Amino acid sequence: MEFAYYPGCSLEHTGKPYDQSVREVFKTLGITLREIEDWNCCGATMYMSISKTIAYAVTARNLAIAQTMGCDICAPCNSCYTILRKANRYIAWDPKVRDKIRSALKAANLTYDGHVDVRHPLDILVNDIGLDTIEKRAKKYFDGLRVAPYYGCQIVRPVKHFDELDDPMTMDHLLSALGANVVPFADKVRCCGGMLMTTYEEIALDLNNELLLNAEEGGAEIIATACPLCQMNLEGYQAKINEKYHTNHSMPIVYFTQLLGLALGIEAGKLGMDTLLVKPKDLKLKSKDKKVAA
Amino acid sequence: MPKTLEPIKIKREAELREAFLKEVIGMPHGEKIKNCIQCGTCTGACPVSRWMDITPRQVVALFRAGMIEEILHSRTIWICASCYACRVRCPSGIKVTETLYALKRLAIDKKIFPKRFPVHVLSEAFVSNLQKYGRNFELGLGIRYYLATNPLKLMSGARFGLSMMKRGRMAIRPSKIKKVREVRAIINRARELEGI
Repeated sequence: MEFAYYPGCSLEHTGKPYDQSVREVFKTLGITLREIEDWNCCGATMYMSISKTIAYAVTARNLAIAQTMGCDICAPCNSCYTILRKANRYIAWDPKVRDKIRSALKAANLTYDGHVDVRHPLDILVNDIGLDTIEKRAKKYFDGLRVAPYYGCQIVRPVKHFDELDDPMTMDHLLSALGANVVPFADKVRCCGGMLMTTYEEIALDLNNELLLNAEEGGAEIIATACPLCQMNLEGYQAKINEKYHTNHSMPIVYFTQLLGLALGIEAGKLGMDTLLVKPKDLKLKSKDKKVAA
Repeated sequence: MPKTLEPIKIKREAELREAFLKEVIGMPHGEKIKNCIQCGTCTGACPVSRWMDITPRQVVALFRAGMIEEILHSRTIWICASCYACRVRCPSGIKVTETLYALKRLAIDKKIFPKRFPVHVLSEAFVSNLQKYGRNFELGLGIRYYLATNPLKLMSGARFGLSMMKRGRMAIRPSKIKKVREVRAIINRARELEGI
């Protein structure tokens, strides 16, 4: 199994632990990731707010390069994932958009036919590799660790792809298979505010405070995310939230791939666990051998 | 401006409005906006409607009434974080998020926003990074943004940046792609095609 890997800008730096853990987990499970050579920024929500044509064309450069690699794309960032898929959708839907993208790509001697699928690692791991295989390969398990699964918004929206729009379960099942106790979390697809943390901080702080409160109310000891923007907002601004709302949040926010990596027996350092701002105290990580012996 | 020119301006505004309505309705499934039943599900689903001066339901109503200017001057279009909750819950299948994107683009195009407007400063900085390096440069984006909007915030931003840097999660230099010229060529060509 092979994918054209599109890390995206966040995964280079703030979302580094996500990048590290995706690469490690995929390697361990025998999935090859070939990074798209010289990939560029997807444009995110920013370019879409300025020019639709530029937004699609900039994104499509990555799709065009992936086409020459002959495999589908794996994009871990929810925002990149949704933008790349959106470009594909509009190429299929709207001949006007398609022609403009083609013409813009031509300026760089590139072509794109619209047939490179864009997949999220969560989808690939659960639906291609499968929970049975993952369970078998896991060397450790999280003995009842209470995890809130936080999918974020753009991973399942706006068009149904690999999971339900309102109540996705893929990550729930994956974490359960790893021995975690997945707590009820009604906010699993509620928006973290994304860039609002920069432009309207007071709104984003409020949104993230609510997410943390609701996860805590569900009994979560830790939140697992699938998006670098969610991770950054929830983790990086906890101190500020505590100051503003007089709360005592001390919630570790990890990537689901970090938890999976630990269960697969990958060293914590290789998964970027040491670079988290809020460190998990006890992951209740136990070796499976002991479970058999007991 | 002399008063005699006014009618011409109004005519142009009307034309622009019509062209814009046509653009939104012309996008795939865009015509569904005509099926709005004003149920307010979009507003209920929206995690940030509490902070909006015009709710998503009102946006659709104003839009259909042709009162585009009212929406362009609202805070609403800048607060939407494009989470698509409205879009997936709408019983009439209306592309509310796409409509808001289109309104945002129109407002930026017509420069309807205050001076040093944070949203605009951020997107300008973001876009210039993309054109310069082909990728986003988080540190540069942050510094440029706070300098232009609220320099006092640089301090708390710096503290955060340092803690991320210590963990290898913030770079001092941008990562520039090799074929940044390719990206610029695509952007320039796409810009020419935008209005067509």
